[in-house]
Amino acid sequence: MPYLGGEEAQRELRRALSNPHVQADPARYRGAVLRVIRLMAQGADVSGLFPEMVKAGAVPDVVQKKLVSFYVRAQAPRQPQLALLAVNSLRKDCAHPSPAVRGLALRTMCGLRMPGIQEYLQQPLVNGLRDKASYVRRAAVLGCAKMVKLQGDCEVDGALVNELYSLLRDQDPIVVVNCLRALEEILKKEGGVVINKPIAHHLLNRMPDLDQWGQSEVLTFLLRYKPRSEDELFDILNLLDGYLKSSSTSVVMAATKLFLVLAREYPDVQADVLVRVKGPLLSACTSESRELCFTALCHVRQILRSLPGHFSSHYKKFFCSYSEPHYIKCQKMEVLCELVNDENVQQVLEELKGYCTDVSEELAQGAIFAIANIARTYTEQCVGILTELLGLQQEHITSAVVRAFRDLAWLCPQCTDAVCQALPGCEDTIQDSEGKQALVWLLGTHGEKIPNAPYVLEDFVENVKSESFPAVKMELLTALLRLFLARPAECQDMLGRLLYYCIEEEQDMAVRDRGLFYYRLLQSGVEEVKRVLCSPKSDPSLGLLGDQSKQPVNAWALEFNTLATVYGRERWALATAQQPVEPSYSCSPCADSRNRDTVPEAHPDTPMSEGNKELPKAHPDAGSLSLIPDVSLTAEQFEKMWLSLDTSCQLSLPWRGPVHADTMQTALRVVHIQTIAMSKAGAQPWKAYLSAQDDSGCLFLTELLLEAADSELQVSVKQNEAKPEALQSFISALRTVLEAVAGLES
Amino acid sequence: MLSQLFILSSKGDPLIHRDFRGDPPRAPRDVTELFHRGVSAARGEQPPVFLTLGGLHFAHVRHGGLFFGATTEGDASPFTVIEFLNRLVTLLRDFCGPLSEKSLGMNLGLVGELLEELVDSGHIQTTTAEILRSLVHSEPESPKAFSLLDLGSVGLPLRSEVFVDVIERLSVVIAANGSPLKVDVQGEIRLKSFLPPGTELRIGLTEEFCVGKSELRGYGAAVRVDECSFHSCVSLAEFSAARVLRLCPEPGEMTLMQYQVEDELPTPLPFRLFPSADAQPGGRIRLYLKLRCDLPPKSQAVNVCLQLPVPKGVSSLSQELSSPDQAAELDLGSRSIRWEIPKIQGGSQLSALFKLEVAGLGRAWRLELGPAHGSFQLPAHSCSGLRVRFLRLSGPPAPRWVRYRSHSHSYVLRL
Repeated sequence: MPYLGGEEAQRELRRALSNPHVQADPARYRGAVLRVIRLMAQGADVSGLFPEMVKAGAVPDVVQKKLVSFYVRAQAPRQPQLALLAVNSLRKDCAHPSPAVRGLALRTMCGLRMPGIQEYLQQPLVNGLRDKASYVRRAAVLGCAKMVKLQGDCEVDGALVNELYSLLRDQDPIVVVNCLRALEEILKKEGGVVINKPIAHHLLNRMPDLDQWGQSEVLTFLLRYKPRSEDELFDILNLLDGYLKSSSTSVVMAATKLFLVLAREYPDVQADVLVRVKGPLLSACTSESRELCFTALCHVRQILRSLPGHFSSHYKKFFCSYSEPHYIKCQKMEVLCELVNDENVQQVLEELKGYCTDVSEELAQGAIFAIANIARTYTEQCVGILTELLGLQQEHITSAVVRAFRDLAWLCPQCTDAVCQALPGCEDTIQDSEGKQALVWLLGTHGEKIPNAPYVLEDFVENVKSESFPAVKMELLTALLRLFLARPAECQDMLGRLLYYCIEEEQDMAVRDRGLFYYRLLQSGVEEVKRVLCSPKSDPSLGLLGDQSKQPVNAWALEFNTLATVYGRERWALATAQQPVEPSYSCSPCADSRNRDTVPEAHPDTPMSEGNKELPKAHPDAGSLSLIPDVSLTAEQFEKMWLSLDTSCQLSLPWRGPVHADTMQTALRVVHIQTIAMSKAGAQPWKAYLSAQDDSGCLFLTELLLEAADSELQVSVKQNEAKPEALQSFISALRTVLEAVAGLES
Repeated sequence: MLSQLFILSSKGDPLIHRDFRGDPPRAPRDVTELFHRGVSAARGEQPPVFLTLGGLHFAHVRHGGLFFGATTEGDASPFTVIEFLNRLVTLLRDFCGPLSEKSLGMNLGLVGELLEELVDSGHIQTTTAEILRSLVHSEPESPKAFSLLDLGSVGLPLRSEVFVDVIERLSVVIAANGSPLKVDVQGEIRLKSFLPPGTELRIGLTEEFCVGKSELRGYGAAVRVDECSFHSCVSLAEFSAARVLRLCPEPGEMTLMQYQVEDELPTPLPFRLFPSADAQPGGRIRLYLKLRCDLPPKSQAVNVCLQLPVPKGVSSLSQELSSPDQAAELDLGSRSIRWEIPKIQGGSQLSALFKLEVAGLGRAWRLELGPAHGSFQLPAHSCSGLRVRFLRLSGPPAPRWVRYRSHSHSYVLRL
């Protein structure tokens, strides 16, 4: 947005800044500088004032220096020549008697993102690292990381790294933490800062001096330390004990994670920690900050996955309050579902029932589905409540209840009678496709128990012409045919009419085909129809599939206190696979533009707070390459082809820790790479075979090989046609996914 | 580690934007617009706290209609980010006064200075108000007139004095028969100190104060809390024997102690509701509500607001309230009656008669009526019964203040 009158304003400001009278009056001078900053914040182009601003930075007033520093850093990349002007006066400031000025000058110089600046940085930084004032050392330490980043691919200066390691023993706690951060960035390629035994114990001893941010960060760095012996491990855990009671939630969570990870071989310790962290987590769940509350709820759900019933006695804490936002209410309802036990089921249902009439339809339906979820265990009570809700005769409520009933009839056959009694009358209220489908299915499948089933279906047949959802028509065909088998006299006529309509008049091909299919099926005799259509009406075992089996704590310990827990694993894998994190610092313009191009198609609601129900569509991340989703390649075919082809490409990727087969498979599926076979988790060597096919028919066969944990992942790719460009795109896509998965797991 | 930090107005205009890392380099507008589009695309009013858009991981908190957002690396700790953003809001409020688009705009220089000291290349440096005050030199500009009552918030501690606030937040569910289903009190003792550094402060709490269910002290009027945690600067040497907290407060505001009470309270709950509702022919509901305040006669509740959801299809409301200062209205957006009572004295009772016209009143209308959601403030009252016995200073005498306040935004009365 160009600022109106920008030219004029800029000219006027230039006049003011170079006016000696203004310069003589500190208040007016600062006012003029502030106006420039204001203009810049509004998006105006103020680059023309650079020389004047640099000059304005050479005054004793620290506030003005800060303003100028902000300006210079923002403008320098656009004007590298002029920025050198600033460097001169900044170097002078580096020797200023005030530590605040020295620190600011260092930060400013290191913040000038322009090539060639490094040579000017070296000396001031070295001086800064040895400065008397901790304020300057803090800035210098982080400045080192910035300088190394500017250098790009050059060799890292060993002396500098050593100096930083020795500064870990600095007096000032913030310098210590900054050293860790700087080393982590500088040594990123080598796997980050090394935490050996002396460093680990030194950090543990310094912990009490740090503020909450430092503590939670150091706790995170300590994750990579592996104690040598059991004694040492328990010594460390003892030292850390106090942090589980910290008043800062982020410290408590970082400490919890460290406990869980360090004690990965001691399930008792882990369970104990999770009991002790209950209090802080619950108070975060009832915190006044909604955002904190939401984050804590996500972690509660994660813990519940391993320890169902862990929070059962505190179920009342998860009752929703009227003014809470939806994302919290949805999480709380999910939690409530998982906490239900014999003692509290009555109260929980009573509470959930209250949400079913919420003014927000989305929330009301969520509550109904939550009750339906509980109904799998406490069928009778729940069906009672759901039936009562039908009395409201509201479209969205009835639709959700009927959908819940359909699933219940399938999973809990004992409630079929109650469901069938509740159904009459629903047909007038339901308008949406999902609800209609559920109702029609119930009428067809359990029609013999519902006296007026044929008449309800007849209404549907009468109105089939105006029915707008093909899925409802399909469901209607099947349901009517089923009901015909049970109650032929009442249904024969309308079945004929429906088939006639579907075959002769229907526009939708799928419906028409279904009609034709049933027509031909009927021609082969009723016995045959029965054999085909009368499948079981319920399958209680399916409910068990939906129930997530108890996960071991170690399966998520590394994800605890990261975004992966907030998003849920599947969503997180998608969110990261979709948009790879650029591993290198230098960002070429084309990569940038690609990022921008993909913005409109990014799903704003992709990583949402409400469970993991709908997965967004995948976008294969390859420019020219488009892989087709279904490749029909059996393991035998794969093996044959694998043996007959030569390897087209080989590469190896860094890998840490074990492989989580599920995550990897999900992530690969997103970009349409199929997994043909995969070794069991923890097997050594671990292998996986993958296949993919692009739209021109070219097949890509891939082998992943991990010799031992914490080594490199060997990737070999074979191709049935030699297409170098396609191979390139395929490898980059594969690499992106694998890196994302590796990043997720390490 | 934070990559970017920004503050947006409710309309999505960027007020403040900082790109700490510069990788990948993006125009500030791009980032904030991307975020705002993501936020507005969310269904309903409240967008999710965490968003991933265009390869950036966003997190945000909302205060006073403003968005305080940040982008982070994928492996960032969500708790740290949210806590930092909340802390940032508190600091900005401390430094610039009440937050609004206007006040931030006026204090652009101050906010810039603060951010400069708070975060360096995406790493949080320090958030201690006192240290920051020594590093930040811009004067705050307040859109409001200068007010003596508000000295603390504009950063002008003139006198040496100390405030101790006992603040309790209630969250209650009362069943239709009047028995409490859920009672939950989140309390904290907050200290605001303008004392010269080095002054030692001793705060004596109720002697019969006990933590946990097993610990019992004395007879009768014990103050019991379930769980309790203290700020790291509080010395608990005298706590177990005499219930005294000792500390040398740094100037500024901090939370000394946090505690929770569940289920049992020494005093009766502040409100009870006695409803009666019946349907009359012609789609009309007659609703008679009696609200009784069970506080001690000398206490009072202020800003009481009762929100009562009513059946769908409601079209109009007629009301008879027991005193003229009350007000009630029908809010069609949330489909509820909003009954507002500015003040209610302990031991007194108020009533209201509402007549609702409802189109197409179904047979199950009772399901849609209620529960009532109350919110209120109880000045000079602590629900847990916790009191501060004494407040002693080691140095020269200075004015000392102890204040109590209970409030609730989640007081559910089932019908």
